[in-house]
Amino acid sequence: MKYQSQQVAYAYFVCAMALFAVQVLGGLTIGWIYVQPNFLAETFPFHIIRMIHTNALIVWLLLGFFGAAYFMVPEESEREIWSVKLAYIQLALMMVGTLGAVGSYLMGIHGGREFLEQPLWVKFGILVAALIFLFNISMTVLAGRKTAVTGVLLMGLWLLSLLWVFAFINPDNLSLDKMYWWFVVHLWVEATWELVMAAILAFLLLKLTGVDREVIEKWLYVIVATALFTGILGTGHHFYWIGLPGYWQWIGTIFGTLEIVPFFLMMSFAFIMVWKGRRNHPNKAALLWSLGSATIAFFGAGVWGVLHNMHGVNFYSHGTQITAAHGHLAFYGAYVAMNLAIITYAMPLLKGREPYNQVLNMGSFWLMTGGMAFMTFTLTFAGVIQTHMQRVLGDYYMEVQDGLALFYVMRFVSGIAVVVGALLFIYSILVVRRREVVAPGAANPAPAKSDPVPGE
Amino acid sequence: MAEFLTKSRARNIFYGGSIFFVVVFLALTVQSHRYVVSTSTVGMPLSDAVVHGKHVWERNSCINCHTLHGEGAYFAPELGNVMTRWAVQDDPEGAYEMMDGWIEAQPSGIEGRRQMPYFELTEEDKRGLAEFLRWADQTDTQGWPPNDAG
Repeated sequence: MKYQSQQVAYAYFVCAMALFAVQVLGGLTIGWIYVQPNFLAETFPFHIIRMIHTNALIVWLLLGFFGAAYFMVPEESEREIWSVKLAYIQLALMMVGTLGAVGSYLMGIHGGREFLEQPLWVKFGILVAALIFLFNISMTVLAGRKTAVTGVLLMGLWLLSLLWVFAFINPDNLSLDKMYWWFVVHLWVEATWELVMAAILAFLLLKLTGVDREVIEKWLYVIVATALFTGILGTGHHFYWIGLPGYWQWIGTIFGTLEIVPFFLMMSFAFIMVWKGRRNHPNKAALLWSLGSATIAFFGAGVWGVLHNMHGVNFYSHGTQITAAHGHLAFYGAYVAMNLAIITYAMPLLKGREPYNQVLNMGSFWLMTGGMAFMTFTLTFAGVIQTHMQRVLGDYYMEVQDGLALFYVMRFVSGIAVVVGALLFIYSILVVRRREVVAPGAANPAPAKSDPVPGE
Repeated sequence: MAEFLTKSRARNIFYGGSIFFVVVFLALTVQSHRYVVSTSTVGMPLSDAVVHGKHVWERNSCINCHTLHGEGAYFAPELGNVMTRWAVQDDPEGAYEMMDGWIEAQPSGIEGRRQMPYFELTEEDKRGLAEFLRWADQTDTQGWPPNDAG
């Protein structure tokens, strides 16, 4: 850690990890309700726990992005953060808002637009927190060295904050409501968040492989260009069946299909940079998460997205378990794994130690990734059967669901693997064990024992 | 690609292209907004009851179990065409009666079956909800869903 104010990131990452635990435990609970539908039905019904599951996810990913920005920007700009105090105030605001939202969900107070259920005061709190963040980080960047990494990161964060305005716009006309709702939901995860993801990936590859900045940043611009060129009009693949004009079917199909391009490029980018690498960095776990994230994002967001976003297919598959399968793997690969990559990279530096718990951390990668892959396959199979029975044969929803019970049991089991993997990750990040559980070989720069870095 | 595509060229393509696509998207959004208001949702007036029903729908977060026009939580049936399924799309009074009967019968308490919670709704709420779902059902959704099963 070169700059004292990077320490802010530590608090952000710890809070993010706490909400990560809440998110996966909430997910496991509703996974169990699919298997045993009477569970908690009278006290905390499905819809309440699902809100906590999705909201905790979104907030912890954002906290991770904020933390990543506070970690990356000082190094990129070559100066301290403009105000450390503001950064902590922002975090406090986010946490008060989140806990306030969870508390009100448990009491049955919530809005009714999916993912945007937060009470109005929480929405304003998020807005204020975002403005504080943008001000703080922009002041830092403007005063210092300007790089493509900070430029793209900032553009992503500015645009996603700007789009949050649509969380406040809720027309009485349902079709308009849905159209503007996607301005937050789609243009976050399939456009602006990709900018943040690509910037973090570029930063990590810069540090881990030591490849020339010129090469990395050129790739970065090409990736984010394809992300926005496809992602903006790709919004059309959500506009097929909600009362909007028919031309969206072709715009959405063409640009939606092309949305796989930035993910393919990110995957290629990651592997080629490692191939051209000039440095054998000791933090192998961070490298695994970086490569893993780019790869799983390609499959989850890219392949599973194209699988069902062409209108001829989507006419039948829309709103089935296929969507759920895609949503889970896409979020995991693109945003969960990239957050865990930067956390894995940054935490030893923030603690002033050499990389620690590398083996446990990499174990958690395979547990979580294996679990998510299994979950995605079972939900995809369930979705294909559901599509055929319900949309082709015309069987009623609940009859079809009863026929899918086995898949939901398998999904629950894979969920256990994910939760165990997540808890193992949190343990390996927060609790420093001095010795690795498996000693590295002689050619591996990863340390067998983690000592404090001298002079830090 | 190395010589032709320099970093600054890549950056200019990124900014220039993005602005182009934003402009195209905004133009299409304006057109779509007009289309919704003037064409696809005009089969039934957006009455006070419909708006009230939308608020009931939101206050009780129906979307976190059900889907509406295919968007939502996939845990409970599609409701964008439920009034057609109940055969009361053109019968406001019948729609209310079905809605009232359904809401009051929850939860079923049947072991091993997904439970819809009991929501305490007034008659005005239930009438509004029925009207809201009838309004959603009349929307021109390009022929979706493929059949009445939703």
